Amino acid sequence: MFLRNVPKINFMDRRKIAFMISGALVLLSLVLLSVRGLNLGIDFKGGTVFQFTLAQNAHVSDVRAVLSQFGLGNSVIQKASDGSFVVKAKSLGRETQLKIFNALKKRFGEINILRIESVGPVIGKELRRQAFIALVLALGGILLYITMRFKFDFAVVSVLALIHDSTIVLGAYSLLWKEINLPFIAAILTIVGYSLNDTIVVLDRVRENLRAASRRFDYKTLINMSINQTLSRTINTSLTTLLPVLTLYLFGGEVLSNFALALLLGIIVGTYSSIYVAGALLVEWNLRRKTKGRSPALRTTRA
Amino acid sequence: MKRRDLIRLAIIAGIIVAAIAYLFPIEGKIRLGLDLKGGSHIILQCVPTPNAPVTEDSVNRVLEILRNRIDQFGVTEPVIQRAGTNRILVQLPGVKDPQAAMELLGKTALLEFREVVNVGPEKPLKPQRKNYSSENEYEEALKNYKEAMKEYEDTIKKFKERTKKERELSVNFNRETGRVYLLGKTWLTGKYLKNARTTFDRFGTPAVSLEFNSEGAKLFEEATRKNVGRQLAIVLDGNVISAPVVQEVISGGKAQITGDFTLREAQKLAILLRAGALPVKVEVIENRTIGPTLGQDSIRKGIKAGLFGGALVFIFMLIYYGLMGLVADLALAVNILLIFAALAGLEATLTLPGIAGIVLNIGMAVDGNILIFERIKEELREGKTMRASIDAGFRKAFRTIFDANVTTLIAAAVLFYFGSGPIKGFAVTLSLGVIISMFTAIVVTRSILDVLVSMKVKALRVLMVPKVKEG
Repeated sequence: MFLRNVPKINFMDRRKIAFMISGALVLLSLVLLSVRGLNLGIDFKGGTVFQFTLAQNAHVSDVRAVLSQFGLGNSVIQKASDGSFVVKAKSLGRETQLKIFNALKKRFGEINILRIESVGPVIGKELRRQAFIALVLALGGILLYITMRFKFDFAVVSVLALIHDSTIVLGAYSLLWKEINLPFIAAILTIVGYSLNDTIVVLDRVRENLRAASRRFDYKTLINMSINQTLSRTINTSLTTLLPVLTLYLFGGEVLSNFALALLLGIIVGTYSSIYVAGALLVEWNLRRKTKGRSPALRTTRA
Repeated sequence: MKRRDLIRLAIIAGIIVAAIAYLFPIEGKIRLGLDLKGGSHIILQCVPTPNAPVTEDSVNRVLEILRNRIDQFGVTEPVIQRAGTNRILVQLPGVKDPQAAMELLGKTALLEFREVVNVGPEKPLKPQRKNYSSENEYEEALKNYKEAMKEYEDTIKKFKERTKKERELSVNFNRETGRVYLLGKTWLTGKYLKNARTTFDRFGTPAVSLEFNSEGAKLFEEATRKNVGRQLAIVLDGNVISAPVVQEVISGGKAQITGDFTLREAQKLAILLRAGALPVKVEVIENRTIGPTLGQDSIRKGIKAGLFGGALVFIFMLIYYGLMGLVADLALAVNILLIFAALAGLEATLTLPGIAGIVLNIGMAVDGNILIFERIKEELREGKTMRASIDAGFRKAFRTIFDANVTTLIAAAVLFYFGSGPIKGFAVTLSLGVIISMFTAIVVTRSILDVLVSMKVKALRVLMVPKVKEG
């Protein structure tokens, strides 16, 4: 079958190309984020979303006609695949919401409200702040843990790999104009966890090889060796994680799909970055240091 | 089979059996979040107005009005609690009509003092079999109950008929006792009430003191004059909270309601009265209401995705790692079982993102086994025996698995700390998944493999030993 033996792919000689690709992707993402921004959902911006079905067959334009009485003519109104309508509007008070429902009832007969979600602008702002704090705390905690368990340079490259991954996923969401909501933040933090999981497996091998064979090989060879040794695991785990996430994306319905897409992108970028961002940066870091003196000694922090 | 292996297998089997016994029948064991079973998650903010500042007391009053209303609405297991200094969190599971639920909140409480035209009986209590020593006594009680119930319902019917003719009248209930009242003229409303406090009467039993403003004092004097010796109902949002008998004409705008109050009841009544008197403006700042059909749909889709994704992972492991893969699949099945058992045991709430967490976990759960198997392969390649390879494989992989998973736990902990409702659910399932998958990958897989090795099962080597030796 696949990869029965340890492969000998020279990953690290192609690191310059990888740096260019990563650099370009990150840059593109940053440009997208600053120019186009993110499609913030009501969780972060405030606003009202309601979803309902109507007893009689109606078109989006009919619903829009009713809503324009309330000055909401240019709201996002979509017809979902199950025939229900989804309206996304600015933050509406309780009274207005009730008036709208009554107007819809008057126009279309029966109306069955499936969902009302309304978030005030104040809460949206608070959630934005909380999400930011959460990300910073998670990154900080992880940086600390890896420094403790490995070495500082390992921690730095892992966190850089994470920032790389999350920036690209954010960039992709900006490009696709997918909605950013609370579950998305959960997805990003999960990506952070997953991407690290992957990076740590590689770095753990590097640590082991450094201890066993650092005298015989140069740093680049060591990293290459480590990546190759863990390659079948990397591919298999990415596959076994991708498979369920992919089914979640395809069959999970609207909410889960949006969440699964972030995970999907995150897993792909995360797999790549554990080799070409974390691994490659580690090589660069240590090659540069080596020119100043002898090869880096490993601090033996044990499990 | 070695004795040690047997004991380990027995322990694992014990855990599995316990989990199954605990979890099945599954109905009602897993608490579903509002996004799955449908319901409202509402955050209200008390907003100060010039004549009603937001204070500790006013927030408590709002809480009390909301409790009063939500009880009337008949929601089971509502959550009504303070969140921060001026916010109130309300969770109404299983609300079928989100519009009605919303109408209920946020409106100003209406406190009325109304004339009692007629009083019906309390709602009788249905007898419980266990409270009676013989079948006969129970039958007798049941018969009495049916008669009382008929009388109770007849009274309601009779009262209702009168309201059809006389517009001013209405039928109201005391929700705690179920007593039915036919109420007449509204003498005054909460806006004339200046204050209501808990005091003690001259016998030292708790009472509630009322204080009206000057206009209210006049109206109250009038009301008491017309109703001496009769009851005057105190009605909040249509619910009769008390109906004291007027002892004498009360002028000057100060009155005392006495009765068989406990201190708590008196305090509650005072709060309810103040609630009607001084409503703080309440704004709904967050409302997430999911109808039950949407939640059902989400569960169905989530389960479908989970089953399908799980099947794919199952097949992949089997094809790639052969018999070892089958062992990992077994561990995966145990893993999923234990996650659900843990969710039930911790009384954690399963949310939509939580389902995503479980589905994601299916993929990540086998990672531990993949790491271990790859290590075992390496050891085998170096020519070690099966047993030695398994030993070394587990030993070397353990540290990696540990370090790799702790970082996920850190992210999950942050999510739990910062997340609200559904996100917390995701964090819980993610952390449970990580911890349980470490257990199943390391302990369960190991035990089964050890048994297979000691039974000298040849198939273990299939797909494991490389065809071509490394140059």
